[in-house]
Amino acid sequence: MTQRIDCDVAIVGGGIVGASAALALRRMGRSVVLLERDLCGSRSSGVNFGGVRRQGRPISQLPLAQRSHRIWGELARTIGTEGEYVRSGHFKIARSEADLAALEQYRAQSRDFDLGLEMISGARLRERSSWLGAKALGGSLCPEDGQANPRLVSPAFARAAEREGARVLERARVDEAAHDGQRFVLRSVAPGLEVRAPVLLNCAGAWAGPLAAQFGDEVPLRSGHPAMAVTEPLPVFMDWSLGVEGGGIYCRQVARGNVVMGGGAGFALDDERARVERGSIDGICLQAIELLPALRHAHIIRTWSGTEGYLPDRQPVLGVSPRRPGLIHGFGFAGAGFQIGPAAGEVLAELACHGRSSTPIEAFAVDRFEREAEAVAANAPNPSPRPQPISVAR
Amino acid sequence: MNDMTGKALPPVIVGAGPAGVRAAQTLVAHGLRPVVIDEAARAGGQVYRRQPPQFGRSSRTLYGFEAGRADALHQAFDALRGQVEHQSDSLVWNVQDHWLDVLDGPTQRTRRVPFAGLIVATGATDRVLPVPGWTLPGVYTLGGAQVALKFQGCAIGQRVVFMGTGPLLYLVAYQYAKAGAQVAAVLDTARFADQCAALPAMAAQPAVLLKGLYYVAWLRAHGVALHGGVRPLRVLGTERVEGVAWHDGRAERTLEADAVGFGYALRSETQLADLLGCRFAYAPLHRAHLPERDAAGRSSVAGVYLAGDGAGILGADAAEWAGERAALALLADRGVQIDAARTQVLERKLARVAGFRAGLERAFPFPQDWAAHAPDELVVCRCENVTAGNLRQTVREAGADELNRLKALCRVGMGRCQGRMCGVAAAEVLAHATGQPLQQVGRLRGQAPIKPIPMELAAAQEGLPS
Repeated sequence: MTQRIDCDVAIVGGGIVGASAALALRRMGRSVVLLERDLCGSRSSGVNFGGVRRQGRPISQLPLAQRSHRIWGELARTIGTEGEYVRSGHFKIARSEADLAALEQYRAQSRDFDLGLEMISGARLRERSSWLGAKALGGSLCPEDGQANPRLVSPAFARAAEREGARVLERARVDEAAHDGQRFVLRSVAPGLEVRAPVLLNCAGAWAGPLAAQFGDEVPLRSGHPAMAVTEPLPVFMDWSLGVEGGGIYCRQVARGNVVMGGGAGFALDDERARVERGSIDGICLQAIELLPALRHAHIIRTWSGTEGYLPDRQPVLGVSPRRPGLIHGFGFAGAGFQIGPAAGEVLAELACHGRSSTPIEAFAVDRFEREAEAVAANAPNPSPRPQPISVAR
Repeated sequence: MNDMTGKALPPVIVGAGPAGVRAAQTLVAHGLRPVVIDEAARAGGQVYRRQPPQFGRSSRTLYGFEAGRADALHQAFDALRGQVEHQSDSLVWNVQDHWLDVLDGPTQRTRRVPFAGLIVATGATDRVLPVPGWTLPGVYTLGGAQVALKFQGCAIGQRVVFMGTGPLLYLVAYQYAKAGAQVAAVLDTARFADQCAALPAMAAQPAVLLKGLYYVAWLRAHGVALHGGVRPLRVLGTERVEGVAWHDGRAERTLEADAVGFGYALRSETQLADLLGCRFAYAPLHRAHLPERDAAGRSSVAGVYLAGDGAGILGADAAEWAGERAALALLADRGVQIDAARTQVLERKLARVAGFRAGLERAFPFPQDWAAHAPDELVVCRCENVTAGNLRQTVREAGADELNRLKALCRVGMGRCQGRMCGVAAAEVLAHATGQPLQQVGRLRGQAPIKPIPMELAAAQEGLPS
């Protein structure tokens, strides 16, 4: 017996983007059904590094990141838990003079956004953070950037949406999506569901490509897999969340004392699951010990990976479909969606209700690759370069 | 599969217990030179663990009735010297693309070992169902208490209580009493009526049955109090063990003791099979999700064979047969001529053990009401200090109904043991709290490393494939 549900907005995908969109839509008075294939926040949103960072993002993402920064500031009120969110500061390490120059340049480019970036190096850095290894010449501190526990935060957005009246249906894979001329019709066979709505939000992360393509929006979305590892609990010695200019490694120490580290890539076991590449474990260990000598005798107790959606320019797709009115996309956050996810959700809700976003999102248009391809085709009819393996950086 | 020099790769056996040793012996008998990787310094496994070389106790003292089997197994392996590559003190902590990552104890280096055929004989650990006070110093698992005696030549205490259920309960109590420790009591959650009811099925293995009866009779004759049908309530003490309290069906009773050994039979070490990608299925008899194997020991992954308690608890004798059978399967799959009659003999023996195992389960039934009685303040996950109450609260407030989700939300199984010790109890509490059958709550996903590894060692390794 198929259950039919009509609603204002249907959402596919219960990650942090879809769930925060559901929450925002409820607060705007819309009826919402969210369909999640597995459990909300069980994929990239829930297994990512947990950095809540604006520093280092492309300038075009900063309006969205600033909007999200305000949401994070009221997290407990919004979703009912702190989710271990702390504004610990995010320090981006320079290992060379060139790195320092690049960080200086970023600070100049981002000065309109009030990130409060502060360059720290030499003796001042040693005095401030004696736990940093000698390889760290200096770096850039964003004092109000921080970290949170994605395992707690992302599912909590879905629970908050549910409390506000959204219908959150877990273990409900969308087997069939269509448009009957007036509404989208989504079918999920296993629970026996048919959801109908005039507006559809595609928040299916790394798996969003087929749904977009079905309505004519072809995007070159590919999957990437981060490599993550965590140590046993250690006495707390570091406060900042760390990144490295130019990528390579990132780490943070959680309140429990474990140091969470990432760097390098994992590999897909199948369409849904991934595991850490063996070589990445070496890379993480080598670099982490270099940056944090306190880890020299620590043990790794677990490694893990996930599946993230990447577009060639490492920018997300966020905006309305140019082909199918009512279809709105929010996916492909390139392993950096945790911090901006909540704002992306609000933007999706605005687009669903008012047709426009109060935050600039032009850089994230779904058809930017087609337009690019047309421009390229008009100028130089070369074959597109072979896709390179995705390296994951935070 | 060939290595970089183009030579055919030798088969690799992980584990040098009864299954691993017999597998190695069988491969050598057919002209192969297997690599045997084992965490211990000397072959024998947990059940026939050997004492350090400078210790001189007799095998009769160490293994009792099993001395003959233990000696035979040790001698079988010793006779393979020069014909196997024994990598002792070595922990297999990861596997990817036909390469095992191995942490070497003595050199403190990690190396990579390629394989084409792999026999997984990873054995078992105690199945732990916590009781309040179990984190006090002086509380050991039954297996831990036995290792102390067999390997280190010491007892866990002067006046020891053994509790839980399973055949190991009486064996360890017997071994302690024989070694001169005072066994204050044996507290069995199973009732003696259970054991009587199970007799017909257990008669399939009369020798094993007789040994079990002998231990019970011996303990009784030597004045050791044996209580059946108990429900352990708590381990008493503030700084360390001072006694135990239990319910005997009518009233609460207590007893003074300075050490406790406890356990509820064994659980399989399945992490390597998981990392290898073997398909798992729920096995009601074992109350666990186990890697699937056919009668010969073939897993769902080509070239990977499963033998011994690591793929379902059938005991040491069965492990020897399963090790031999898995090795014959590996040989046959490589096109080596094997004795078909022998494979049938082994499979018949293994089938009989499975029947006996069902009888054991009736004799020492899993205490299905354990979760119902576990108080909220009971620490289930001692690495992360997660209580039964925390688990129930997570079920109630966050709707967790699956084990990995429960772990993500409340850290159970997220510490050093990665759920190897607490996973059984967490699954029981979760199933009870959600009103689901146990198989529905799933199993913790395996991730490398299988056991914690030093970061420095992962960073420094030998034999990297180019």
